[in-house]
Amino acid sequence: MRRIVVVGASAAGLAAAETLRREGYDGTLILVGDEPHAPYDRPPLSKQVLAGEWDPERPALRTPDDLAGLGLVLRLGVAATGLRLADGTVELADGSLVPYDGLILATGVRPRRLPGQGGHVLRTLDDALRLRDRLAPGRRLVVVGAGFLGAEAAAVARRLGCDVTLLEPAPVPLAHAVGTEVGEMLTRAHLERGVDLRCGVTVTEVTESGVRLADGEPVDADEVLIAVGSLPNTDWLDGSGLTVADGVVCDEYCEAAPNVYAAGDVARWHNPLFGQSTRIEHRTNAAEQGMAAARNLLDPDGRKPFAPVPYFWSDQYDMKIQAFGCLRGHDEVAIVHGDLTERRFVAAYRTGDRVTGALAVGMPPRVIRQWRQAIAAGTNWLEAVGAREAVN
Amino acid sequence: MKVELEADKCVASGQCVLAAMDVFDQDDDGIAILLDEQPAAEHLDGVREAVAICPAAAIRLVDQ
Repeated sequence: MRRIVVVGASAAGLAAAETLRREGYDGTLILVGDEPHAPYDRPPLSKQVLAGEWDPERPALRTPDDLAGLGLVLRLGVAATGLRLADGTVELADGSLVPYDGLILATGVRPRRLPGQGGHVLRTLDDALRLRDRLAPGRRLVVVGAGFLGAEAAAVARRLGCDVTLLEPAPVPLAHAVGTEVGEMLTRAHLERGVDLRCGVTVTEVTESGVRLADGEPVDADEVLIAVGSLPNTDWLDGSGLTVADGVVCDEYCEAAPNVYAAGDVARWHNPLFGQSTRIEHRTNAAEQGMAAARNLLDPDGRKPFAPVPYFWSDQYDMKIQAFGCLRGHDEVAIVHGDLTERRFVAAYRTGDRVTGALAVGMPPRVIRQWRQAIAAGTNWLEAVGAREAVN
Repeated sequence: MKVELEADKCVASGQCVLAAMDVFDQDDDGIAILLDEQPAAEHLDGVREAVAICPAAAIRLVDQ
């Protein structure tokens, strides 16, 4: 293999490129990214960057020297527009054709939008800087969607002195993801800080003066942040022959077609740990999957299934929320350490008869690690949790 | 080779400890601690893994 192309120059693409070199690949390595910036980190965008605590250079994932050391052909500021599997070429927006022997797809996701003009989204560094410049004491911010991104941005904006309204269609924010009890704990944290959290409302349109709800009621704002989820960037793969179904569909090795792998937010692969097809938009998964895809591409005979325990964190006010495993679609939640009301606890999640997830706030690392281990080992629920009372 | 850790970037994921237990630990708040600035050769693969996997890009491995 003498020419490998990695499409997508963020965490997953960079991890893939670095792993290829670390594993001894010394052929041509082309990294394509649609943004003009060198690879940077996204989680700080809704945290330190939005808060104005970090300057725009700080989220860079590598120094210029580190990048130069990888011996890359860096094609930044140019999107991939097409893939010809049969020819082994990627088409770029500037009209060039890039041939490959091996290909890693890491094109990520883009924010969903709402009807109407205007409104911010928060995905890129430029998005974050644009919104940051509009936040100041007394400014009215409406955040549409109380998922983790929207909730983090709401927390930052409150700290900056903005009047924040957080609009959420579900009765309890994040209940589908983390359970009702944890969702209510997060609700209380926002209400205590003076966020006007309104659940059970649907936003139909962004207007010149804010947003409009499904019942016609306007909610006024100086700025609107739309945080209603993401869509995988797969449009450019239409007609390529790859299977796309809410992501690039891969097997357990992250392979989408011979010598074509996918990694990061855009990849839908079969995670054997939970026996299901999964697409994960977490920062750690991007790096881990980029590494796994690169290794499997280089070593077809020794390739390994990608079976991670997913991990994500969220910073809201003084809380660091950490979650391991697969929480969605759980059957039961139990508080196994600490106390929800004190915001120091571990919640364990059961799916079927196994421990499949854990969520921790304010607990020591050794306690958290023990639950991560239980998830990785597929530990039986009763064995791990005992006869504790479930909370929902 | 020398390991550098920017602890004020750390997000307490503990991924570095999982990758290289002899080189990293976490304090009670989960913030990474560097146990060994100049790890022996047999630990370097784990450190490289930690550099790659750290969700805060807080770890570097530099030539001396």
